[in-house]
Amino acid sequence: MLNTYQFPEFEYVQSPEQIAGQVLRHPVVVVGAGPVGLTAALDFAARGLKVVVLDDSDTVSVGSRAVCYAKRPLEIWDRLGVADRMLDKGIGWKQGRVFFRDREVYNFDLLPEEGHKIPAFINLQQYYLEEYMVEAARSNPLIDLRWKHKVVSLHRHDDHAELAVETPDGIFRMEADWVVACDGANSDIRNMVGAEFKGQFFQDRFLIADIVMKANFPTERWFWFDPDFHRGQSALLHKQSDDVWRLDFQLGWDADPKLEKQPERIIPRVKAMIGEDVEFELEWASVYQFACRRIDDFRYGRVLFAGDAAHQVSPFGARGANTGVQDIDNLGWKLAAVIRGDAPDSLIDSYHAERAYAADDNILNSTRSTDFITPKNTASRRFRDAALALSEQFEFARPLVNSGRLSVPTPYAQSPLNTPDDAAWAGRMAPGTCAADAPVKVRGEEAWLLELLGDGFTLLSFGPVPETVSRGALTPKILVAGEDFEDSAGLVAERYDGTPGSVYLIRPDQHVAARWRQFDADKVAQAIARAMGETT
Amino acid sequence: MTLMLSPNLENPDAFYEALTDAQRDLSDEQANDMNARLVLILANQVGRLEDLREAIRLAAPAEA
Repeated sequence: MLNTYQFPEFEYVQSPEQIAGQVLRHPVVVVGAGPVGLTAALDFAARGLKVVVLDDSDTVSVGSRAVCYAKRPLEIWDRLGVADRMLDKGIGWKQGRVFFRDREVYNFDLLPEEGHKIPAFINLQQYYLEEYMVEAARSNPLIDLRWKHKVVSLHRHDDHAELAVETPDGIFRMEADWVVACDGANSDIRNMVGAEFKGQFFQDRFLIADIVMKANFPTERWFWFDPDFHRGQSALLHKQSDDVWRLDFQLGWDADPKLEKQPERIIPRVKAMIGEDVEFELEWASVYQFACRRIDDFRYGRVLFAGDAAHQVSPFGARGANTGVQDIDNLGWKLAAVIRGDAPDSLIDSYHAERAYAADDNILNSTRSTDFITPKNTASRRFRDAALALSEQFEFARPLVNSGRLSVPTPYAQSPLNTPDDAAWAGRMAPGTCAADAPVKVRGEEAWLLELLGDGFTLLSFGPVPETVSRGALTPKILVAGEDFEDSAGLVAERYDGTPGSVYLIRPDQHVAARWRQFDADKVAQAIARAMGETT
Repeated sequence: MTLMLSPNLENPDAFYEALTDAQRDLSDEQANDMNARLVLILANQVGRLEDLREAIRLAAPAEA
């Protein structure tokens, strides 16, 4: 197989603590250096925490794996200063086509709303994404990345966890005030704490193949239901960087995973899809099956779970890595606040409340897509085919066609950290919702609203703020429209229903905590306390 | 509004005739496919999720 990518080999270094045989207590240990673990390291360090990251390999992800990265994770990476390279290297796309048998039944435009810094989606091989984050992590003095470090046992105590870690030099012990397990769907840490990981397992197999070709296919997402070249199954074609294309073939439950991974089996399938005459090389292939599952609790005392270690979804909709990164966005500021002593330990419980809610929403969406793509009986296949057949002629049937509902953030509609509205509001910025971006100007220069939000709380106000709300380390940054920035396109007021005097309290993870039609210092202070888990 | 269960068809006999006539020469397979399309077309006309759920519940076989 061909390689468009040179895998870096990260040097294993024996740690001074292992050499000295000394058991050290670390504030935060992250297990796993995939997209979620690396985001955790960068986010925690950005919030001033020292982080040790343990990973059992010594390179980035093999194979392109996760491919589509959505707007919200990119906004998080932008806050962490690593999004530019991803956006430069990634492939932007917004057009999708749906085929049924031998016909295109319709095409769609993701129609991203104008006036956002970050695009709706980019496609990028996971190894590039990890490489960029590893480089950023290595140049950060607060992050200690340790390769070929495998956690072999974990014991929980009330105020810390004890880890045994295996390296090429043997096993050593370390302690951590907090452990954040980002060790993937087959998480060892999850087994070590005895957590349950339950859900629905799908009896189907899929072949994913990355091929390199210079063909003139447009940069679009193509999805086939029951195509002539692969009858009875589905198929997907998607572009990545370096002329690498992702192909996905549904194989059915009876397929033999070993056999199907062999190039002599894959190549005829690819030719049937893209045409006999198109030249290509196979770069990577894998046969997988999937489940939609979630851990029973994201928190086991001082051990916290994020990403695939906490929830697993089908790949339709790009909800895996994208959701995992948002777990970290939610956890980072809470963990930092509790470690600094600015918030009670119970704030960490809201991590489970909010992210389990989001995981359930993702699992629901991904299960529905899977049921559409893989009908479970003749009756559901009949309805599936009816929706597809009608969609060619009638617009009404198109919303029924489900080849994956692409990842968008789940508003924390029922979060205990939200202060309920006491007035009527238009638009989508209800408490618990991720703050919308908008173009603004600062001293005549073009900028973006999300860039102006503080690392802590922010008061976004559409009128003068008469007094400051002093809350020590939690004192909100004050951002007044018309004073601190110019709402040059009017989109901030539009998206936030920002009538004169309206005020939003925005959390450190850029989610709306509370909003009022006029400023009231006491109400702001109460809402901050509530968002810090102090009152309910 | 809840699901309408009092008579609402403009001309019940004519509707029934149109439906059965359309399937007179169809195989079971073809008729089932047609019924699936028909359900989706009519569901769009109803629109409201609550009414559709109620209709699904009423149409489902009695619990075994």
